[in-house]
Amino acid sequence: MPATAAPDAPTAILARHRHNPTRLVQILRETQEALGWLSPATLAELARGLDLPLARVAGVAGFYSFLHTEPRGRYRVLWSDNITDRMLGNQDLMLDMCRHLWLEPGHVSEDGLVSVDTTSCTGMCDQGPAVLVNYRAVTRMTPARVEQMCELIRKEVPVAQWPAEFFHVDNNIRRRDILLGNELQPGDALRASIARGAAPVVEAASNARSWRETAASVAPGPQLTLDEIKRSNLRGRGGAGFTTGLKWEACRNAAGSGPDAARYVVCNADEGEPGTFKDRVLLTEQADLVFEGMTVAGYVVGARRGLLYLRGEYRYLLDHLEAVLARRRAEHLLGHNILAQPGFDFDIEIHLGAGAYVCGEESALIESLEGKRGVPRNRPPFPVTHGYLNQPTTVNNVETLASAALIAWKGGDWFRAIGTEKSAGTKVLSVSGDCERPGIYEYPFGVRLSQVLADCGAKDVQAVQVSGPSGVCVSSDELERRIGFEDLATAGAFMVFDSSRDMFEVARNFSHFFAHESCGFCTPCRVGTTLLKNCMDKIAAGHGSEYDINEIFKLNHLLQTASHCGLGHTACNPMFDTLQKFKPAYERRLKSLAFEPAFDLDHALAQARQMTGRDDAAAHLATAMEDKQ
Amino acid sequence: MSTDTAHNVPTFQLDGEEVPFLPGQTVIQAALAAGHYIPHLCYHPEFKPHGSCKLCTVKVNGRPVASCTTQAQAGLNVESEIPEIQDKRRTLVQMLLVEGNHFCPSCEKSGKCMLQALAYELDVMSPHFPQIFPTRPVDASHPEVLLDFNRCILCELCVRASGEVDRKNVFALSGRGITKHLIVNSESGKLADTDFAATDKAAHVCPVGVILHKRRGFDVPIGKRIFDIKPISEQIESPGHTLREA
Repeated sequence: MPATAAPDAPTAILARHRHNPTRLVQILRETQEALGWLSPATLAELARGLDLPLARVAGVAGFYSFLHTEPRGRYRVLWSDNITDRMLGNQDLMLDMCRHLWLEPGHVSEDGLVSVDTTSCTGMCDQGPAVLVNYRAVTRMTPARVEQMCELIRKEVPVAQWPAEFFHVDNNIRRRDILLGNELQPGDALRASIARGAAPVVEAASNARSWRETAASVAPGPQLTLDEIKRSNLRGRGGAGFTTGLKWEACRNAAGSGPDAARYVVCNADEGEPGTFKDRVLLTEQADLVFEGMTVAGYVVGARRGLLYLRGEYRYLLDHLEAVLARRRAEHLLGHNILAQPGFDFDIEIHLGAGAYVCGEESALIESLEGKRGVPRNRPPFPVTHGYLNQPTTVNNVETLASAALIAWKGGDWFRAIGTEKSAGTKVLSVSGDCERPGIYEYPFGVRLSQVLADCGAKDVQAVQVSGPSGVCVSSDELERRIGFEDLATAGAFMVFDSSRDMFEVARNFSHFFAHESCGFCTPCRVGTTLLKNCMDKIAAGHGSEYDINEIFKLNHLLQTASHCGLGHTACNPMFDTLQKFKPAYERRLKSLAFEPAFDLDHALAQARQMTGRDDAAAHLATAMEDKQ
Repeated sequence: MSTDTAHNVPTFQLDGEEVPFLPGQTVIQAALAAGHYIPHLCYHPEFKPHGSCKLCTVKVNGRPVASCTTQAQAGLNVESEIPEIQDKRRTLVQMLLVEGNHFCPSCEKSGKCMLQALAYELDVMSPHFPQIFPTRPVDASHPEVLLDFNRCILCELCVRASGEVDRKNVFALSGRGITKHLIVNSESGKLADTDFAATDKAAHVCPVGVILHKRRGFDVPIGKRIFDIKPISEQIESPGHTLREA
């Protein structure tokens, strides 16, 4: 979106959002889309329009990776930098692109035309290396595509006119089960829910009160549907595995407070865990099922509004999702008196994220929905009682809501019979890395890793990273372990590494990810993730010793026990697991097991060499000293 | 054991001693009120607990939690001055020391700085970790107050004071992770262009040497300052009596 001047942009955008400060993240994002970047003057105008302090607006803009308060070029190319992109050669391709465009990674070209940089995993691991161009997803980068892209940028062809095949995203569904193979027609789950309590609804209408305020005995539909969800033993698919029925029940039982008392349903589609892309496919192929699940949740907890928080990387899905919402409104599956049920009002709006992994944490996500920095809240109180706008809110993962729709339709017993005792139903896995058939695999819970690996055509497996960097690194002698809350709980990422891969580099990539994504609220995570990253870089540079290994264990203990949220608690997992299981990958980098000075004299002169344009032998310390000798 | 039978006030155990508490108090609030020191930086007795610095981490019934945001409950077993917890606090202070640019010998807040006092309290003999050396320019634009961001520990007390007490919102946070930093409420980014005043509450809450009143640097000589006289653990803060005069 080159900045073809749209001077009235802030005014029009502010008006569209009714000058509502809780819409700040959306307003900033849309203003940037129109103007290219967020200048101090623009931020000041927005602050005035929202009656917010300028510093507050600037602080929010400064939090999100995809919002910039400095010009980043009319074309901004961001290379997804997950380990799977690296394994597909993204680093060489990015440097190639920089050479073509005569610029350094991270810097804007002199003419302000273009900048090239890296970003956290964009969720295209099965079709990488991936980039975002002006925040639109591009897959399958090749040397030829790099050259073509550079040509389009140099000729200043608007991104909207770029070849459509650049933006083609495959679903790559390899195995379907109840979710991906469902035959639910839009509205089936809602009709089934309503049918459970059909007769008394008339009574509720006749006394002119919404069923929301009536006792369960008068309008048993929501209660009976909740009973089915509880009977199903559905647990959250975001990784933590909290029982969905209990969450909905707690939200339903919470009254809310103040004149704006209400309950909210939030769908967490901020799928940021590197290696995870199943929500992208669910939203692409099963949007109706997800929205139906949200509507069922609204019916059960008594909410009128649902919010879907879509990660900024999936911006390209917005039009598709809005179209599905519009159709559902036309079919009376959203809006007032849904399916002619008096008082059954529910609608859904979509919020876009702007590049912040931590917003996948439910209370940080709510902060972001409220137009704030995505910092996890102190808990208790929990979102089920004090969530969005301090009202009772149920936050559920995309896959959880899709499953809930099926349960509302087919019943809890049907669902519970699938999977294992403690892990009912199926799990959608996002398989990537070293295998012949990367993509989406849906299995009943309890499937062994060896089964998944056989199905995706993985050979010579060294390790599998289950549930992404914050999950577990499983080695080749543990492949009979099972996916499920009893053994390997997962949000869905399944990255395969064969024996040619360096597990130290895998962990180092993840350490950079956590340092980049820490929100910075608490000391241990803010400083600790950077110390870890620096420690891993030090080892990679050949300056590490046993001392650094011990430091990693020490930091692991502190972050696990003293951090504010799950990001800090799990940020050391990749180092901890690989040190336990692949220690030789570290040890072969330690020049001396005892001690190696961290300070590299020659490297310290790099800046001076760059400034003087010298790179001859005499400009290097080791060489100069050898000459003297 | 969990109520003070003489006064019928509920109590919890802190390192083996009974601590009474009032409904609504968090562990640190009750502990400080009863004269028991728990290290803290982002906690201020006049503000709602925040829970970011984690210096006040204690073990409650065996689980490490921030004592400033944990509600006091009858019968809790709170462990504070145990080696495991003191180790964590020492590491946290070291993290704060390497995160910013702290050079105590040239800092006019030396002897009045809670971070320095805590470092002494916890026997921090060195910063331990490699320095991060961030670039944080000083803002000397305001006629009365200097902002030296090099020493900022991101406790957000100035943010909270300026918003909640002064109703000016002079300060806010921007960036994220290790690049998180304090900003001020003006288009130029300079303090002089805000409505900040040296009499603001926000000018008197900084636990370290960021918000400094000009021309007052050494009015109390080194050696006679608050933490030169008595260690921080022997000077317990309460509303109206805090250790942050600047």
